[in-house]
Amino acid sequence: MNIVNLLKIALKALNNNKLRCFLTMLGIIIGVASVITMLAIGQGSKDSIKAQISEMGSNMIMIFPGGDRRGGVKQSADDMQTLKIADYEALATEAPSVAAVSPSVNSGGQFINGNNNWPSSLYGVAPSYLDIRKLKVGEGDMFTDQDIKSAAKVCVLGKTVVDNLFPDGTNPIGKTVRFNKIPLTVIGVLEAKGANAMGMDQDDVVLAPYTTVMKRVLAVDYIQSLFASALSEEMADQAMDEITSILRDNHKLAAGVEDDFTLRSQQELSQMMNSTSDMMTVLLACIAGISLLVGGIGIMNIMYVSVTERTREIGLRMSIGARSRDILAQFLIEAVIISVSGGIIGVILGGIASWLVNVVIHWPVNIQIYSVALSFAVCTVTGVFFGWYPAKKAANLDPIEAIRYE
Amino acid sequence: MSEQAKKEIIKVSDLRREFIVGGEKVRALRGVSFTIHEGEFVTIMGTSGSGKSTLLNILGCLDTPTSGEYILDGTSVRTMSKDKRAVLRNRKIGFVFQNYNLLPKTTAVENVELPLLYNPAIKPKERRKLAIDALDAVGLADRLEHKSNQMSGGQQQRVAIARALVNNPVLVLADEATGNLDTRTSFSILVLFQQLHTEGRTIIFVTHNPDLAAYSSRNIVLRDGKVISDTINPSPASAKEMYDSLPIPD
Repeated sequence: MNIVNLLKIALKALNNNKLRCFLTMLGIIIGVASVITMLAIGQGSKDSIKAQISEMGSNMIMIFPGGDRRGGVKQSADDMQTLKIADYEALATEAPSVAAVSPSVNSGGQFINGNNNWPSSLYGVAPSYLDIRKLKVGEGDMFTDQDIKSAAKVCVLGKTVVDNLFPDGTNPIGKTVRFNKIPLTVIGVLEAKGANAMGMDQDDVVLAPYTTVMKRVLAVDYIQSLFASALSEEMADQAMDEITSILRDNHKLAAGVEDDFTLRSQQELSQMMNSTSDMMTVLLACIAGISLLVGGIGIMNIMYVSVTERTREIGLRMSIGARSRDILAQFLIEAVIISVSGGIIGVILGGIASWLVNVVIHWPVNIQIYSVALSFAVCTVTGVFFGWYPAKKAANLDPIEAIRYE
Repeated sequence: MSEQAKKEIIKVSDLRREFIVGGEKVRALRGVSFTIHEGEFVTIMGTSGSGKSTLLNILGCLDTPTSGEYILDGTSVRTMSKDKRAVLRNRKIGFVFQNYNLLPKTTAVENVELPLLYNPAIKPKERRKLAIDALDAVGLADRLEHKSNQMSGGQQQRVAIARALVNNPVLVLADEATGNLDTRTSFSILVLFQQLHTEGRTIIFVTHNPDLAAYSSRNIVLRDGKVISDTINPSPASAKEMYDSLPIPD
C-alpha cells in the first residue's frame, strides 16, 4: 500500500469528522501558538535590553584607578591617581582591539547663564568620547584636537542643561556660560538621548576638552577614568586583556603585583540582564510546552475513541486485504495530520498573536525561526507518540471479531 | 459441465478447528472435507452452533484451521502468516456481509474502490474505472456518487457486492447476504448472485435459511462441525421468476 493511498484514506476519515478533528487540533493549535508567542515575547524583551545597552555603548570598557575594593576598605588618595595622560596616549596607539579611547575628568558644579543657573557635571573628555558613548552633536560642532592642545574654553551642552540655562529658547551656540568662575563658549548641543536603562538622565551633561578641565578647573595631572570601546562586542574580552597589559607595563607593575586600576565592561551588565530575561523565556516556554503536551493527550484520547468507534470499519478493511501495518499506518497518519495541520495553524496564529502583542500593548516581540521549527517538530513527534498506542490497538484487532462488532 | 475438468478453487480435507472457551475445549469443526470447482454456486447451511461461521472464517482466510488442509486456488493457507493472508484476501476473495459494512458518508464508487487501494499494482485511473465497471455490473451505474447513507438496503448490498467483485476474485464469499433485507429485495439480490453464477463466478453463500438452497447449484449442510449432506442441484430454481411473481409494495 503506497503512501498516497494512505494519505487519501486518512484525509477521508478526518473529513468525515470535521468538528471533532478540529477540536482535537485546537489543543495543538493553542500549544504551538503559545510556544511561538511566548518565545517571541521573551526574545523581544531580550533584544530590547540589548538595544538599550548597546545604545549606552555595548563595546564600552570603563577603566578606573585603584584596584578592586575589597572588604569595604577605602583606598588612599594616592591610589586614586594612578591613571595619567600617558596611559591614555598608550591605549590610543598601542591596543589593536580598542577602537577608541577617551580620558574622563569630571567636576560637579553650577552652570550659570545670566539669571539662570543649573547644577550639572562637567566632563573633560576627548572628541572620541562621542563614539564610545554613542552620543551625537545635534547643532554646532564638537571641539577638536586643536581645542584639546590649547585647552580651549569651549563646551558642548546636553539637552537638559540647554533647557535649563536657556529656558526662553534662544540658540545657545556662540553664547558663553560660566562654570564656577570659568567662562566657557558653547560650540555645540548634544542630541537628546533620554534616560538610560537605570533611569539616569543622559542629557544632563556638559562636555569640554579634558585639558581644559584638568588645567583650568581641577588643576590636576591625573585623570579620573578612561572610557574605551572595543572593535566589536565579541572583542571586548580581548580588548580588556590588551588594556590590562598596556597599563601594567606603563605602571611598571611586576608580575604578581595587584592591578592599580579596575576594568568594567558593559558586557557584565548585559549578561546579568540577559540571564534574567533568559529565565523568563524558559519559564514561558515551559508553560507553553505543557499546553502542547495537553494537546497531545487530547489527540491520544480522540484516537482511542475513534478506534473503538470504527472497529467495524477496521474489521472490514482487514477482511478486504489491509494488513496490520496498513491499519497502523492509517491511524498514525491520521494522528500526524491532526497534529501537523494543528501545528501549521498554530504557527500562523502564534505569528498573529505576537503581532497583536506588539501592536496593542507595545511589547517588543521577535518571532524565532527556531521556535517555529521546534514546535513543529514537537507537534509531529507528539502526533506519532500519542497516535501510536491507539493505532497499535487498531492494528492488533482480530478481523473476525472486529467485523461483527456492534 | 464442460468436457474438460473444471479448476479446483477450494479443497478442504479433514478440517478441524478447536477453541478454548473458559478453560473448556470447544470443537467447532470436526473434520470437514469437500472440493469446490470453478463456477459453482454453493450454499452452506446449518443452524447456529453448527460451525458454519467458523468454516466461513477459515474459507475467507480470516482464520486458520487447527489441523487439516485448506487449499485456495492452488495455495495452501494453513501455515500462512496474518499479513500474507491479508494479501491473499485482497487478491482472491470478495466478501459480502449481512450488514453491508460500507464506509459511512462515502460514495458508492469510493466504497467499491476500497479493496483496490490496498493493491499497489493498480493505478488511480484504473481503480476508478474498475469500480465503475463493477457498479455497472450490479445495476448501479446511475448511483456512482450516492453516499452510503443515501441508499436503500438493497442498493447498499449491491454496492457491497460490487466491492466484492472489483478485484476480480476467484471466490465470492457471502455471509447471510440477504439476512437484513425484505423478501422482495432478498430475491433481487439472489437474482444478482444467479446472474454472477451464469457469468462463471464461483460463489459460496453461507446462510441459515433452508429456502435458499433451491437457487444454488450445490448445497452443503453442516451440523455439529461435520458435513451431513452435500448435494448437487442440477436445475436451480430461477430467482428471477420468483422475484417477478412477488407483489410490488406500495
